[in-house]
Amino acid sequence: MESNVNLIHPYVGKYLRKEVMPHGMCPGCGNMSIANTLIRAIDKKYGSFDKFVFVSGIGCAAWIPSPHFLADTVHVVHGRAIPAATGIKLANPELNVIVISGDGDLAAIGGNHLFHAARRNIDIITILVNNFNYGMTGGQLAPTTPVNARTITTPYGNIEEPFNLAKLIAEAGANYVARWTIVHVLQLEKSLMRALDIEGFRFIEVLSPCTTRFIRWNMKSLNELLDYFKNNSVNIKVASEDDIKSGKIIVGEFAERDRIGYLRRYRKLIDRALSLWR
Amino acid sequence: MRVNEIYPPGKHFLMGNEALVIGALLAKCRFYAGYPITPSSEIMNLMARYLPLVNGVFIQMEDEIASIISIIGASLAGARAMTATSGPGFSLMQEGIGYAIMAEIPIVVVDVMRAGPSTGQATKAAQGDVMQARWGRHGDQEIIAIAPASAQEMLDLTIHAFNLADKYRVPVIILSDEIVGHAEEIVLVPNEEDIVIYPRKEPLTKDEPLFGGDGINIAPFPTLGKGFNVLVTGSTHTEYGYRKTQDPETHKRLVNHLVNKIRINRDEIINYSVHGDEDARIGIIAYGSVYRSALEALNMARNEGIKVKLFRPITLWPSPDGEMRKFAEDLDFLIVPELNTKMYALEVERAVRGNFEVLSLNKIGGGLPIYPEEILGFIKKVR
Ligand SMILES: Cc1ncc(C[n+]2csc(CCOP(=O)(O)OP(=O)(O)O)c2C)c(N)n1
Repeated sequence: MESNVNLIHPYVGKYLRKEVMPHGMCPGCGNMSIANTLIRAIDKKYGSFDKFVFVSGIGCAAWIPSPHFLADTVHVVHGRAIPAATGIKLANPELNVIVISGDGDLAAIGGNHLFHAARRNIDIITILVNNFNYGMTGGQLAPTTPVNARTITTPYGNIEEPFNLAKLIAEAGANYVARWTIVHVLQLEKSLMRALDIEGFRFIEVLSPCTTRFIRWNMKSLNELLDYFKNNSVNIKVASEDDIKSGKIIVGEFAERDRIGYLRRYRKLIDRALSLWR
Repeated sequence: MRVNEIYPPGKHFLMGNEALVIGALLAKCRFYAGYPITPSSEIMNLMARYLPLVNGVFIQMEDEIASIISIIGASLAGARAMTATSGPGFSLMQEGIGYAIMAEIPIVVVDVMRAGPSTGQATKAAQGDVMQARWGRHGDQEIIAIAPASAQEMLDLTIHAFNLADKYRVPVIILSDEIVGHAEEIVLVPNEEDIVIYPRKEPLTKDEPLFGGDGINIAPFPTLGKGFNVLVTGSTHTEYGYRKTQDPETHKRLVNHLVNKIRINRDEIINYSVHGDEDARIGIIAYGSVYRSALEALNMARNEGIKVKLFRPITLWPSPDGEMRKFAEDLDFLIVPELNTKMYALEVERAVRGNFEVLSLNKIGGGLPIYPEEILGFIKKVR
């Protein structure tokens, strides 16, 4: 069919690979809106993907950059995006290294690396897509699944407490920590722009719908979750004890520090080592 | 700072692990990530001391999984990168090594073998990881593993390991053991300028294939950050890095390339030495620290008028199987002494194709070498 309307998204060809469009994420999945928001932030700040490297583990969220982004993308084994990004950044500090992966990948199998990266304040940005379950393998329990929620491995309801990841990573020492949901795209974009400005470990958690798995087990529709995100999110700046206790989603910026990043510390260490030897 | 400012050219008296560090520094290894474990820790301790001086990066990671993955990342970003470990850590690294095989990322992994399984005997020498080095990962694959037998070889073979890794875009395992790692010996440190470094082949254009090949031709290495928009993945992928996991042809082509690039080039990769009387009818095949004892046993036997010859694989994997078969052709006895309950002897049996019984002489538990007298005694007993 002939059409005069250009249906190709302007990012395709510049930021997204034409060969892999349309992408294969499920209808209603939040992953490509996160991609869109990240690209918008990078486009505004840098105007290109030049010198950006995107690293991801295994899972649906890990497919956001790989193969969609027209940039260097490193798709590693399950759970290990952060150590790969650490090696890349330290070996070539000129690169902007961004990790994008799922909650299972980064907080379960890769949890150890996440906490240590925050403690080290290694100079990478990590975007964790929290869809409350393991999407790719069929919707199993994740360390972020809410209590009582049903998944295919908690068919009678989840009896484990989920991690409060943004809080945990803020405590662990990251320079910048924020949490938003998929309905907060403008706030997310601002957070990403902020993160791009500073050094050290920067962590952004995005709550996002898994329509095919989590929503099917727990809700009537995608809208039910989006409405929940809209109506139950409270910014950390104004959140009361009651909000926290009653299980509201606390969003906003959990940490913003100016601790010196790992790389600058390492450069100082080189100077110290050389002066001791000479 | 230059490496020769730290270790001037000439004779030094050093333990094997330290010699290995000098080899790595001379080979321009500029990234080390690791997690401490006996009997490999000296490698890490010294890397921590020296890498900052040569503008390299040293980082102690939270575990061996993070260590292997971060050296893979560093290699992708253009650095020559290494880690060192021992049995338990080597087990944890296997998934990462498999990834580096699949995505064709050059790295060097040192395993200073100790007695296992599990935590086993942390301070005792063993050769029990020989098969793990070959088959530790899931899936079809070939790998390069080399076994140094002296402090000097810890230095020389480490330089060689980095060159092999870059040339074939494959992980290279240095399979040392506690005895070789800790024995102190005279080491000749070469002049930095004399070291031959194999340069990584870089893509010439933006649209060349970056992975795979036909076994003979190995795609150029796409360093990150140079505008190649490289797609790196451990999933089955095309020559351009696109995941294509459902297509049998793509998988077959990729995996055949991964194994063929080692199999086809095995003559160039393989390294071994042969010692003793050519017409001897008693033969020994030994590697690593045990090779040293076997060589001594051979000389002792010769003094007693017993003719013995010795084959020493320097490259354990791919194994010099054809060469071992030729070596064994006219033998009456073939002895394989090893610090395990029989491992490489199985490969030797495969190589000599059951023409006669391979006699294995095994020792485990004490961390002690197989002494030359024991090998000589064994020769006399079976003869
Ligand atoms: C070592 C290993 N264990 C298990 C798997 C199987 N696996 C693939 S994706 C995945 C879970 C991913 O979940 P998450 O990170 O939450 O991403 P999502 O798919 O939900 O975006 C698992 C367990 C694997 N690939 N490797």
